[in-house]
Amino acid sequence: MSTVHASGAEIHNAAPAAGTPEAELAHKCLHYMLLMREVEDRIERKLYRQGKVLGGVYVGRGQEAIPVGSALVAQADDVLFPTHRDMAVFFIRGVSARRVLAQYMGRVDGVTRGRDGNMHMGDMSAGVVSLISALAATVPVAAGVALAMRYKGINGVAFSYFGDGSTSRGDWHEGVNFASVQKLPVVYICNNNQYAYSTPLNLQMACANVADRGPAYNMPAEIVDGNDVLAVHEATVRAAAYARSGNGPYLLECKTFRMTGHSAHDAAHYVPQGLFEEWGKLDPIVRLEKRMLDERWAAQVELDEVHASIARVVDDAVAWAEQSPYPDAATLLDGVYESQ
Amino acid sequence: MSTTYLEAIREGLWEEMERDPNVFCIGEDIGEYGGAFKVTAGLLERFGARRVVDTPISEAAIVGASIGAGLMGLRPVAEMQFADFITCGFDQIVNFAAKCRYRWNAGVPIVIRSPSGGGIHGGPFHSQNPEMWFVRTPGLKVVCPATAYDAKGLIKSAIRDNDPVLFFEHKALYRKIKEDLPSEEYTVPIGKAKVVREGRDLSIITYGAMVWTALEAAERLAEEGCSAEVVDLRTLMPLDRDTVCASVRKTSKALLLHEDTRTGGMAGELAATITENVFEYLDGPIVRVTAPDTPVPYSPPLEEAFLPNAEKVIEKARWLHRY
Repeated sequence: MSTVHASGAEIHNAAPAAGTPEAELAHKCLHYMLLMREVEDRIERKLYRQGKVLGGVYVGRGQEAIPVGSALVAQADDVLFPTHRDMAVFFIRGVSARRVLAQYMGRVDGVTRGRDGNMHMGDMSAGVVSLISALAATVPVAAGVALAMRYKGINGVAFSYFGDGSTSRGDWHEGVNFASVQKLPVVYICNNNQYAYSTPLNLQMACANVADRGPAYNMPAEIVDGNDVLAVHEATVRAAAYARSGNGPYLLECKTFRMTGHSAHDAAHYVPQGLFEEWGKLDPIVRLEKRMLDERWAAQVELDEVHASIARVVDDAVAWAEQSPYPDAATLLDGVYESQ
Repeated sequence: MSTTYLEAIREGLWEEMERDPNVFCIGEDIGEYGGAFKVTAGLLERFGARRVVDTPISEAAIVGASIGAGLMGLRPVAEMQFADFITCGFDQIVNFAAKCRYRWNAGVPIVIRSPSGGGIHGGPFHSQNPEMWFVRTPGLKVVCPATAYDAKGLIKSAIRDNDPVLFFEHKALYRKIKEDLPSEEYTVPIGKAKVVREGRDLSIITYGAMVWTALEAAERLAEEGCSAEVVDLRTLMPLDRDTVCASVRKTSKALLLHEDTRTGGMAGELAATITENVFEYLDGPIVRVTAPDTPVPYSPPLEEAFLPNAEKVIEKARWLHRY
């Protein structure tokens, strides 16, 4: 982030609106969206194909505005529950790209020390809880975190992320219902990218919008342009303020599109012709950069420098992660229990 | 003053809630109603709704919320109204709670209390013994107390434990057994079996309500000149293999007894443990007395035929003694 701010100051004259709160927020958003895009591109298009990342690879390409716009609202005491499309949440909470890349490569310096892969990671000291593969399972856990915040007198909010498919699951409904009954401080952030693996929305739910589920729980719900990072941020500010004030949970449905298959091995032939092209025009990074130039929050030369600096950061992170050793097989049995 | 098994659990909960403000209870009908079996009766009046949380009928939410609270440093004690309903929270237990520490070094200090077991005419959905689903899930601890003393001491240890503990309370014991408990505070360690009757001729290794069946059988076997030792496992995971093997080394014969169904039951793991470690001490085949591989039936003659009892144990023990 320091690189971004420093270069912003240097070319102040070229961008008269730089330094305003809106401009600063836009710079932050751009930084984290680009970092997520670059790290995921390296993973999916390079390291995975080189056989350096094994197993499944799932990316959030084209959906970066959702984790970035929302997680930038979170305060120190808040706890976040990102999905596999929300990598930027880790960067925003202070987990380095180095450790995330080591995680993907199964190295000992990865967040789970090689015990798990890809986005299956968490760190309570950063306020991030790990997902499990049955994604909606985090929804009741988020309610428990929010219950504990109230119990302990912490004025925090749980940020519960999930996709459209998760809202078909029983534990999603159990968790949302419990949080609503107890009026717990939870912000629900739905990444509605219109596909759950190969299943389109019309086979996923009978209502038109995930937000339509809100009234059943007496919960405010709003639909947000999930490819507009500033719109996501603005809505999350509103939602978090509502939850933090003791009113109960709040649902944001961020409409977007999954610009890839479900995972790296899925070519997504089931997606109708033209949808990728149509949504590609709404890329959240391209849109933010255009807005930044239009509003004169930044000059083109500055945006170019942000791209270059992100590339350097990720080069370094990949090299660092590749240097990290694999875990020692002798540690296989460690840590199943606190003491054994 | 004698304390029942049920009262002992309540006393353990009560003392831990008095001792540690981070301990709280969560479950269905546990507040004003005091729980389906009244284990939590009086807790709401003493500790208030903040620490005695009534929930919707949502086992996944009960377990999931407990995990979340545990990650935040609280010590939730969740109640499943019947152990049979724990299936509705299964994913939260075996995929979430059990694996957090190993995967990302996050301790989940939760207790899940579940009334289990048959003999109360509860039928297929109010009588099961689901402990083995959890025994074979690394990361979980499984406790099955047989006595009021152990029930109190083990619930206290479970609450203080930093890993998820499944605490199976045999509902047929709730008001059936009682004993005088020490007036001073005590705990019973998780992972330690206990020889509850010394013997020379064979070892009956069991847990839960079947401890009482084993003791009844041992008493009658003694009249016939067969000296049976009874080992109460108390904890199924982690399993106290040392005490099991020490008993078999001493008696050279093992009769494994449980109320749970046969295939994949604890007896199989015990048999393997014995053959791996003390095979050369055995003077006879390892014998199992268990429920058959059926659901728990409702009608009295069927349930009686399903459940192990002293007669069935004595018959097998006589055969093993003569072997």
